Amino acid sequence: MISGEIALYLFMLAAFTGHEIISRVPVILHTPLMSGSNFVHGIVLVGAMIALGEATTVTQQVIGFIGVFLGAGNAAGGYVVTERMLEMFKSSKKEGAK
Amino acid sequence: MDKATLLYYAVQASYFAAAVLFILGIKRMSSPVTARSGIQWAGIGMLVATIATFLHGKVLTHNEHMMTNLLLMVLGIGISSAFAWISGKKVAMTDMPQMVALYNGMGGGSAAAIGASALIGAATHPEHHALTAAQTTLAVIGALIGSISFTGSLIAFAKLQGWMDKTFRFSGQQAVNGLFFLSAVGLGAALVFQLDTTIVIAFFAVSLLFGVLMTLPIGGADMPVVISLYNAFTGLAVAFEGYVQGNVALIIAGTVVGAAGTLLTRLMAKAMNRSISNVLFSNFGSSGGPATEIAGSMKPIEAGDAASLLYMAEKVIIVPGYGMAVAQAQHKIWELSQQLIKRDKTVKFAIHPVAGRMPGHMNVLLAEAGVPYDLIADMDDINPEFGTCDVAIVIGANDVVNPVAKTDKSSPIYGMPILDVINARQVIVIKRGKGAGFAGIENALFYADNCRMLYADGQEAANRLIAELKGIDSGGGH
Repeated sequence: MISGEIALYLFMLAAFTGHEIISRVPVILHTPLMSGSNFVHGIVLVGAMIALGEATTVTQQVIGFIGVFLGAGNAAGGYVVTERMLEMFKSSKKEGAK
Repeated sequence: MDKATLLYYAVQASYFAAAVLFILGIKRMSSPVTARSGIQWAGIGMLVATIATFLHGKVLTHNEHMMTNLLLMVLGIGISSAFAWISGKKVAMTDMPQMVALYNGMGGGSAAAIGASALIGAATHPEHHALTAAQTTLAVIGALIGSISFTGSLIAFAKLQGWMDKTFRFSGQQAVNGLFFLSAVGLGAALVFQLDTTIVIAFFAVSLLFGVLMTLPIGGADMPVVISLYNAFTGLAVAFEGYVQGNVALIIAGTVVGAAGTLLTRLMAKAMNRSISNVLFSNFGSSGGPATEIAGSMKPIEAGDAASLLYMAEKVIIVPGYGMAVAQAQHKIWELSQQLIKRDKTVKFAIHPVAGRMPGHMNVLLAEAGVPYDLIADMDDINPEFGTCDVAIVIGANDVVNPVAKTDKSSPIYGMPILDVINARQVIVIKRGKGAGFAGIENALFYADNCRMLYADGQEAANRLIAELKGIDSGGGH
């Protein structure tokens, strides 16, 4: 349990961080970055695992399982897709620049 | 220190490490040089956090449900990530946008499930799963946002995959949507005061349905903005549910994505000269009066004549659009460009910020085909160059080159920045048929005196142009 005002500071600082780290992104990286940030919120899997771990009724187990199932898809799929996109950038850079 | 305390600190340390790796990873992804290592850093963070969670006190409960729950956990992770991994590996590069939409929707659904679990738990077993007012409020808000992102992203996926008609509209739609939204908010507010299972179910039903209704009327041209917006939504939902669980990793990762995603959405909407509320609440293409009639006719051209034009040209600018992605023509187009470069012609690629179905979609495809960075130019850099360009080839782009955006105030795309292709000496448009673009607007460029239409699929057209170019070479030699 995190106290309200600490959480507020957390939200504020993390929001600034998110804004800062992508404020100067070349257009060429917009799609991979969207895909990459899509992967990062796959951390929801961890929350879903805890929700399932706490489950004591069948209803909670079903909901928890759905959460874990969806969250794992987000994390795994997000990673593969982003890596594939960025892999192409690497190869084209070797041939292209310099 | 006993074993439980030690485990607690180990798990918390791994979450801390994951949060740091996520932030550094995203940071690295925002520069082309380090982008690839960025996703790997973030990946390590995810792996560490997921493994550590198996040791979390709320997972290793040692109660009678632990084994069942652990089994469900392993099954869920195994099946889902195997499915996602394989589908992500197999899918064609051109279908990436809908895959991002799908995976994003799954994340939103997962966040909604966490909210549902917390709310149901508190409603049925308040003695074990009590929530403070702040937790209930954020669980409800996160669940609402997550649900919208879940069903909304699935609709976006279905639309991009071609499983569903582009748009679905009826009169009074905005009023109906507004009613559903207010109902969802009302039911959510009721939950803060009265946790009741029936209200929880009603709340989720209305929220999920609202996500569908909200996305149905949005047209394909706006999909990049919508996917990016739902990405930010999922981030926020994850952050809120993270607060409910007291999990700092979720709060930080979710908020960072929420903020970055919102910024990205605004950049995209700006590139289309549309506000986000405009995308969501105005029916694209149905606004504005009747479009001004365009005089003249479309003039077709044969591949042979088009190749001659290219043969004589000194400077050629290629403008790719969604049609190139559909036809998978990026490799052939690059081959054609190499043929032109071999003949001492200057070739450049002009990329409109929202060409395709995701920002930078075209950059990704051209990179896949092996087109070097320095041949690819952004809109602002390339626009002055069209005046000195002999031939501009438009392949599968439509609305982003439509001069109506500058001239016709009644047009729904009026004010959207466009590529000034019309200024080129000669324009060749490669297009499969005469149909209008995604926005459903007639394109004045196609009727212009300096424009010729080469009716063919992108790959086939490029093939024919390459063959004709080679033919001119051998023909000119005798």
